[in-house]
Amino acid sequence: MDVMIPTTYKVQKFFKETHDTFTIELKSIENKNGFSFEPGQFNMIYIFGVGEIPISISGDPNKHGVLVHTTRAVGTVTREMAKLKKDGIVGIRGPFGKPWPIKEAVGNDILLIAGGIGLAPLRPVIYHVLSHREYYGKIILLYGARTPQDILYRKELERLKSRLDIDIIVTVDRAVKNWTGNVGVVTTLIPRAPFDPINTTAMICGPEIMMRYTIVELLKRGLAKENIFVSMERNMKCGVGFCGHCQYGTEFICKDGPVFSYKEIEHLFGKREI
Amino acid sequence: MESLEKILIQHPFVEGLPSEHIQLILGCAKNVVFEPGKYLFKENEEANSFYIIRSGKVALEIYSPEVGSIIIQTLGEGEIIGWSWMVPPYQWRFDARAIELTRVIELDGTCLRNKCETDPSLGYEIMKRLANVFEQRINAMRIQLLDLYGKK
Repeated sequence: MDVMIPTTYKVQKFFKETHDTFTIELKSIENKNGFSFEPGQFNMIYIFGVGEIPISISGDPNKHGVLVHTTRAVGTVTREMAKLKKDGIVGIRGPFGKPWPIKEAVGNDILLIAGGIGLAPLRPVIYHVLSHREYYGKIILLYGARTPQDILYRKELERLKSRLDIDIIVTVDRAVKNWTGNVGVVTTLIPRAPFDPINTTAMICGPEIMMRYTIVELLKRGLAKENIFVSMERNMKCGVGFCGHCQYGTEFICKDGPVFSYKEIEHLFGKREI
Repeated sequence: MESLEKILIQHPFVEGLPSEHIQLILGCAKNVVFEPGKYLFKENEEANSFYIIRSGKVALEIYSPEVGSIIIQTLGEGEIIGWSWMVPPYQWRFDARAIELTRVIELDGTCLRNKCETDPSLGYEIMKRLANVFEQRINAMRIQLLDLYGKK
């Protein structure tokens, strides 16, 4: 199979998550065996006649029949994606990239820290750890959004919060009086988050500045650099390390990432020249 | 007072303070509970208290006639509220409203200020701890101002 040739998928469901984010559920037209991926991987999604972009997979890795992507309508391709309707056709190449370290994290507390749309690439991790609950210690999700109206997967988070085996703490940057949750950046939740720093695997996804300050707080709490993982984003084109668009120092985000341990990329992280 | 001492020494703000400093602080302290919706203080009122939060959640708010109360930040267990008691003209700059049942240790600002003046070693310890809080809150506020999750 040629990794550069997209296979066609049909839109089964389309729904708006917030005023500018949406989720599409896709089903393969050509492949009846469904789609397998690991949490943290991404697909190149082709909107025919418009262009192709990388988007993380945000569905349940245990459900092979449906492929789920959540994104924000922000550029040329995603704005066209936002116009898709049921039975619309898209091209898919993937899955690509290195996943979150869910196997290596067995036995540890799992700390997921997401900012904004960064919750989408972490959602498959939530599905995985909850379906293999006995293999992990505490599971904590710290999630920062812009306003209460911008909280992604809100109903799902409310449902998960009612479980007794996961801690979900949400904070927003701005709110008015009727909001009774937290207000402040997501980094302010870290000092009192209930995890054991010695045996915790942290997975962070969000804007790079948010990830930088999150790492500072995690290091203060005593997490080892090799137990902190980030999902990096750069301009990806081919998805398989041929074109070099997403080169990040000696790494290619598409092939060697997008998930890296902080220890691997500490020397590159936050460097303006890269 | 013994039970208040036990509660106070567990709070991160006073962690590691020598016992003589704890005793000085306790002389200005009382245990207070705020029901949800009750204000700890309001903007422009005289600032004469320093709150050490034991449990619950408090919203710091600014009132805007166009929007109503805007929450700037929420603070909870292990955090502190208020430094206007230390800075002239000793007036609150925000409203502080309990959004959950909130238990605090309330320190009398004048009492604590006088003790800090008389005992500079206590004053320096309090200032170091407050400076740490200032640093964390200013950093958080700067990131908040970036509107990171907005459209690029």
